[in-house]
Amino acid sequence: MPQAPRPRLRLLEDERWLALVLLVPTMVLLGMFIAYPFVRGILLSVTNSRVGVPGEFVGLANFYKIFNDGIFRTSVYNTFVYTGVTTVFKLSLGLWLAMLLNRNFRGKAFTRAFILLPFIIPTVLSTFAWKWMFDPTFSVLNWLLYHFGLITGRINWLGDPDLAMISIIIVNIWRGVPFFAISLLAGLQTISPELNEAAAIDGARPWQRFWHITWPLLLPVTMVVVLFSVIQTFADFQIVYVMTGGGPANATHLFATYAYQIGIGTGLLSEGAAISLAMFPILFLVVIIQLLYIRRVEVR
Amino acid sequence: MIEGAIWRKWVFFYAPMGLFLLFLLFPFYWMVITSVRPDGELYRPWNAINYNPFWTWKPTLDHVRYLFEETLFASWLWNTMFIALMSTAISLVCGVFAGYALSRLNFPFAGSLGTGIFITYLVPQTLLFIPLAEIVRNYRLGDTPWSLILTYPTFLIPFCTWLMMGYFKAVPKELEECARIDGASRWQAMLYIIIPVAIPGILSAGIFAFTLSWNEFIYALVFLSSPEQKTVPVGVTSELIRGDVFFWGPLMAGALLGSIPVAIAYSFFVEHYVAGLTGSVKG
Repeated sequence: MPQAPRPRLRLLEDERWLALVLLVPTMVLLGMFIAYPFVRGILLSVTNSRVGVPGEFVGLANFYKIFNDGIFRTSVYNTFVYTGVTTVFKLSLGLWLAMLLNRNFRGKAFTRAFILLPFIIPTVLSTFAWKWMFDPTFSVLNWLLYHFGLITGRINWLGDPDLAMISIIIVNIWRGVPFFAISLLAGLQTISPELNEAAAIDGARPWQRFWHITWPLLLPVTMVVVLFSVIQTFADFQIVYVMTGGGPANATHLFATYAYQIGIGTGLLSEGAAISLAMFPILFLVVIIQLLYIRRVEVR
Repeated sequence: MIEGAIWRKWVFFYAPMGLFLLFLLFPFYWMVITSVRPDGELYRPWNAINYNPFWTWKPTLDHVRYLFEETLFASWLWNTMFIALMSTAISLVCGVFAGYALSRLNFPFAGSLGTGIFITYLVPQTLLFIPLAEIVRNYRLGDTPWSLILTYPTFLIPFCTWLMMGYFKAVPKELEECARIDGASRWQAMLYIIIPVAIPGILSAGIFAFTLSWNEFIYALVFLSSPEQKTVPVGVTSELIRGDVFFWGPLMAGALLGSIPVAIAYSFFVEHYVAGLTGSVKG
């Protein structure tokens, strides 16, 4: 005979009370370290505080200042280029890799496990390996290009603004392709092979089968993966911080690295908070699109 | 799978697959080879004659020794492990409870709470690090592991909740009802019947959360200041570079050794990790 619930627990028989009890830890942590900082961040961005100085209300002066700041504008431009270019490459390469992995071959599980490594290994640590590969004097990439006869002198990868941007874009693609590939592979595996076989019997070419069967059926997964990746890439910090630190001459800053440099590096807390909050409207838009899209798919 | 001649298989499958693997794995090979290469070989210009960058005949453990003897690398490893395990544990408890409540209980505002948690899932760390640094300081948590143990759950809980909701939804309602007819309370039914069924989900969420906290950088960079408190990513970044001088041997050895715990955890739970990753996307 199980005992009757103790009086203390009787309250938990009510679904509402149980739900409340179960949700309290989450609500407290998210409230203290997401909702509250968000409000604090907005309040901070309309004052002129620095490290150790509380500061006074200055209205939108910080935002006015950053929008007239050439480096901030460069960072905004860079962030869009960085997000746009890497997303196109990550999606196309990731989809290609997913299609390759969707075949049956020996050592498939093993290959898949290794492919995810760039995504698993702490980004800062693997980015150092890239930085070392792009080193101006000891670059192994220069060695390779030189020995294949593609270049005659050295390429100063991280010393030139455009090359530095290309370098960080390469690293981001490298890190993101596995995520795209494995997520899209999961999507591909839900598509019944019979559809493709039926189309093949009807005489559809491989390219037609991809375009008219695989791609439309994969679209819901693709959309979610892309939007996740866009948010992460847009707010990226680690790769640029390690590779260039925003240099040369502040040419490769993104929102986050510039906010760090201003807010933490030079101690202008309010201005730094304003810079990272400037990301918010764009991220918010992306989230809204994602939510609407998910809802639409669920309704269907 | 591929119909037709053998060359087609090479052109459309083996060659691209090989290139992908080369691109994705070469940096790790480079990390390994650099960390065992003596300094004399390391710092030779890329166009020096008779220079073979891909192999060394004189492997050395000097860089590893330097890490453990001259830097606080051992403490960084320990700190990272402690912080990752604690924040993962906290997030799992919170996420399992919240996921259970949101997917199996009827209460007011359940839908909007679920949406709210989903939105916090998408808040990147770089949005809030400056005000959060101030708050951490005000709570007197600055420069302690607790500043990270308590803040990492902000990006781990939403993910765990989301993933667990998926697993809980798949468990039939009857299972719980049977237990309750047999006299179990709601609490007992949840703890002893439903949660054990969702253990694969808990493992996935756990392994994913562990790798995410091991990977986290900006909070650790901003909240911790003394060398002995740092985590591996921050310690390697700030203590193995003096001004413009990079100690590449120790740096790569540190990157390698700092990756090994994650790689081991991952290798044991690859399937769970992949389930977590894809589950987080499919929602």
